[in-house]
Amino acid sequence: MSPLATYALRLGDDSLILGQRLGEWCGHAPALEVDLSLANVALDQVGQATHFLGLAGALEGEGRDGDALAFRRDVMDFTNCLLVEQPNGDFAQTIARLFLFSHYQELLFMALMASKDAQLSAIAAKAVKETAYHVTLASDWVVRLGDGTEESRARMIAGLDWMWRFADELFAMDDVDATALEAGVGVDKAALRAAWDARIDAVLADATLERPASRRPVLGGRVGRHSEHLGHLLTEMQFLQRAYPGATW
Amino acid sequence: MSAVVAITDTDRIRAVLANVPDPEIPAVSVLDLGIVREIGADAVTITPTYTGCPATLAIEQMIRAALDANGFGDVAIETTLSPPWSTDWISDAGREKLHAYGIAPPPKGAAASALKNAQAAECPRCGSSNTEEISRFGSTPCKALWRCKACAEPFDRFKCH
Repeated sequence: MSPLATYALRLGDDSLILGQRLGEWCGHAPALEVDLSLANVALDQVGQATHFLGLAGALEGEGRDGDALAFRRDVMDFTNCLLVEQPNGDFAQTIARLFLFSHYQELLFMALMASKDAQLSAIAAKAVKETAYHVTLASDWVVRLGDGTEESRARMIAGLDWMWRFADELFAMDDVDATALEAGVGVDKAALRAAWDARIDAVLADATLERPASRRPVLGGRVGRHSEHLGHLLTEMQFLQRAYPGATW
Repeated sequence: MSAVVAITDTDRIRAVLANVPDPEIPAVSVLDLGIVREIGADAVTITPTYTGCPATLAIEQMIRAALDANGFGDVAIETTLSPPWSTDWISDAGREKLHAYGIAPPPKGAAASALKNAQAAECPRCGSSNTEEISRFGSTPCKALWRCKACAEPFDRFKCH
């Protein structure tokens, strides 16, 4: 795949895997409203993935569409960041993941709207409006849990502490990112970090929480080095196409 | 002497689309919702409401079926994302139909406003503005769940978007 196709693929994989993870909550969330919220965010992410993966397949030019990329790749071919594949854990851990990711995704899409690639720019302009809801949902819950009961606070702290080590990868730039940036197509992700830090700190202050202690960052998702968790996620997500290749309905 | 106005294919296609309901909210047509961006003699251009809206595919299939049934089998359906759909594109007639159906429509022009979700919704049942949001996410991507404190009924509100 060309760097630009890979760029679109990474955006799509982030959305797809987070969408699948959030979908796992369907029917299990602590309250009906939360169930609806997480399912709605999951739908938005899967919708974004459809567009990004469709674009990646078109740029690749080998006849793979969004579905082929989602359902017929093996785990090492996925390029999502490690944060989104982390298991849901308890509700606080799920919120911690969405909190860190949605703030990043909103900043990313705001910048991606200026992309010279008309399709990337159009997808970003469309998706950024939805991402604003995800940011609000996650941030509200960080405050409610963090500034809540002793139990909810302890869980929120533990959730953030786990997810924090995967945050650096969001802003890491490699050759693919550099090529896309030079072409005027991609975003300088490293430059988003300061704004992201400020947003995260502001919400944590409202939640009477402190930033988790710095940890050695874990990287590798963009080049296919994933945690064991992703393989298990794919066995469920890809089951039908693995058992009945090419099945349609 | 009255002028003779020719009815074009575009007018006929528009009339066909006016009868294609939204599959999730059948009270309004795809035209009312503002998801039809352009009508030409060769192609109809539509835009999705939300990227993940499960109705998007159903809408396209329904439009296809309606065009085919009315002799416009050659008219293509194209999809565009840009400019992104906004609730400001819902027609006045569409807003009235939503209200009559029991869904509080988004205030006109609110999608572009920074305070887009700050305004209290008007209860579509009793008209009171003494209402509160229960959940910003509702039964479909385009709706939020609200409650009327005057008549105590829950209702859907079309999200400003």
